[in-house]
Amino acid sequence: MGAFLTRRRGLVPYLLLAPGLLWLAVFYVYPAFQMFISSFWSGTLETGFRFSLDNWRTYPAAIERYAEQFGRSILYATAATILTFLIAYPLAYTIAFRGGRAKNLLLFLVVAPFFTSFLLRTFAWKIILGDDGIVLGPLKDLGLVEPGFRLLATPIAVVSGITYNFLPFMTLPIYVSLEKIDRRLVEAAQDLYAGPWRPGGTIVGAAVGAGLFGLLGAIFAFELPLMVGLGALGGAVVGTGFLSESFARVTFPLSLPGVFAGTLLVMIPAIGDYVNATLLGNPNTSMIGNVIQQRFLVNNDYPTASALSFILMAAILVVVTIYARLLGTENASVARGL
Amino acid sequence: MAQDALAAPLAARPVGWLDRFARFFDRYLLLVYTGFAVLYLMLPVFVIALFSVNDPIGRSNVAWRAFTLKYWLDPFGVPGLFDAVATSLKIAFASTFVATALGTLIALALVRYQFRGAGATNLLIFIPMATPEIVMGASLLTMFVAIGRPPFFPLNELTILIAHIMFNISYVVVTVRARLVGFDRHLEEAAMDLGANEWTTFWRVTFPLILPGIIAAALLAFSLSIDDFVITNFTAGRTVTFPMYIWGAARIGIPVQVNVIGTIIFLVAVGFVALSVVLGRRRA
Repeated sequence: MGAFLTRRRGLVPYLLLAPGLLWLAVFYVYPAFQMFISSFWSGTLETGFRFSLDNWRTYPAAIERYAEQFGRSILYATAATILTFLIAYPLAYTIAFRGGRAKNLLLFLVVAPFFTSFLLRTFAWKIILGDDGIVLGPLKDLGLVEPGFRLLATPIAVVSGITYNFLPFMTLPIYVSLEKIDRRLVEAAQDLYAGPWRPGGTIVGAAVGAGLFGLLGAIFAFELPLMVGLGALGGAVVGTGFLSESFARVTFPLSLPGVFAGTLLVMIPAIGDYVNATLLGNPNTSMIGNVIQQRFLVNNDYPTASALSFILMAAILVVVTIYARLLGTENASVARGL
Repeated sequence: MAQDALAAPLAARPVGWLDRFARFFDRYLLLVYTGFAVLYLMLPVFVIALFSVNDPIGRSNVAWRAFTLKYWLDPFGVPGLFDAVATSLKIAFASTFVATALGTLIALALVRYQFRGAGATNLLIFIPMATPEIVMGASLLTMFVAIGRPPFFPLNELTILIAHIMFNISYVVVTVRARLVGFDRHLEEAAMDLGANEWTTFWRVTFPLILPGIIAAALLAFSLSIDDFVITNFTAGRTVTFPMYIWGAARIGIPVQVNVIGTIIFLVAVGFVALSVVLGRRRA
């Protein structure tokens, strides 16, 4: 064998690749193709399915019937992505630049929740956000919140669950991109008189805060002017304290690949999720994942379910391919492998 | 950065209250914030552990009542839970073994050789990690249904195993590749110069050096497999894994024992990480 490989060196990489890639071809690529075929099926599990191109009508019918759930998935995923970004960026920044000797410990704490069951963690939020739980209980005792107020079974609970569960997917790629920054670039900027950024930092902070909180207010249909005001105020404070010229012109631009990778890694699982909406929501918060799961596993309605998940896959594949073309796959992969 | 930014021009400028605020923000608020963020991340883990020593009335374990250790002393005291955990462990071990082998070979090919199709291979490795689990689960389900006969249909442990190997391959490739990139090829050349053939060089030099990467990949694959719910949900049929058991129980109330098992899994995983850190230090 050794002699054969020595003579045919060019073959070696392909021999190494073959078993794994074959597995992916048979159990990833082909099933996706089969799912497309199945969306043109008619019939039932009992009587057997028949393929016909005439069944293309499944697509417009499915889109029309479930447009609401598609829209909700995009809204919730967008809200969760904004929230993970707001929570993750300062966290990743502090770990990367101020972590010191605690850096590895802090990184470990970011991923530690993954060591318990995803379902149990989500269920724990049901306890935390419960009607008399540790969040609402004290607020109700103090009379700050009406006794009948609920968080569970609302969009807020579902988005909170998604935000929590996928937060590490945002934190890690941002951390990786910040960690890679050559510190001398920041020092060089400061030597070239990059100083505190005033009033620019305050203004930009207020604008970004107002925009992001306003978007959240619009998504939840919750007190838009109040949200914009709160966002502007919070953003102004953070902008004044945090945004310096060297951050705005060196650190942040260099961390953008991490932000994009994190956005991709949070957005994708969030759009297809049905666990959070099932455990923390109610029928009025059901997402497209809930529909696909229900159609496949409860109703055995394979054609509609296949059409819906094919639409989901196609849309995400387009986004992922554009992302991979523009920014490469390294940032997102590195963060997933940590 | 605000602190660094202040350092240079400070001498020339009077320190105003805004500067003091920026310095305060940078020195203290960021750290305080990070403390709260970590608490937020760990809060559900704490709740899971807390409710493993709760003594609820009936099946609904969502309100704190009284402390008890009785469920820790009898962690498999509800029907089906032991079998579910055993099934999960079996699938996790098997899928980790196969996916680690297949993924390591791909990583070796990608890092060590230049060949046509490397770009396409990279994309094929990346795309499963960027596909929603529900799509992978659903498409495997349609394939198994289309085949329509054993061993794929009715769905069983084998179909879960196939799915877990599939999604784990990419993670193994990415993890092993990350460790292989910094690998010093001169070590292999030295071995060859000293008369070792390629086979011996691989097993005596290359493999021991990349072993930590392979172990890290295997641990990741194992933890992804044992906790996978969505893809398993679509490929399990009547087979019950640990996450499937939780899902089934969630509607009528999750037994306290599930919290005990969840806490044990967490502690074991943390123990493994601590062990690898200690061993890594000793090696260094």
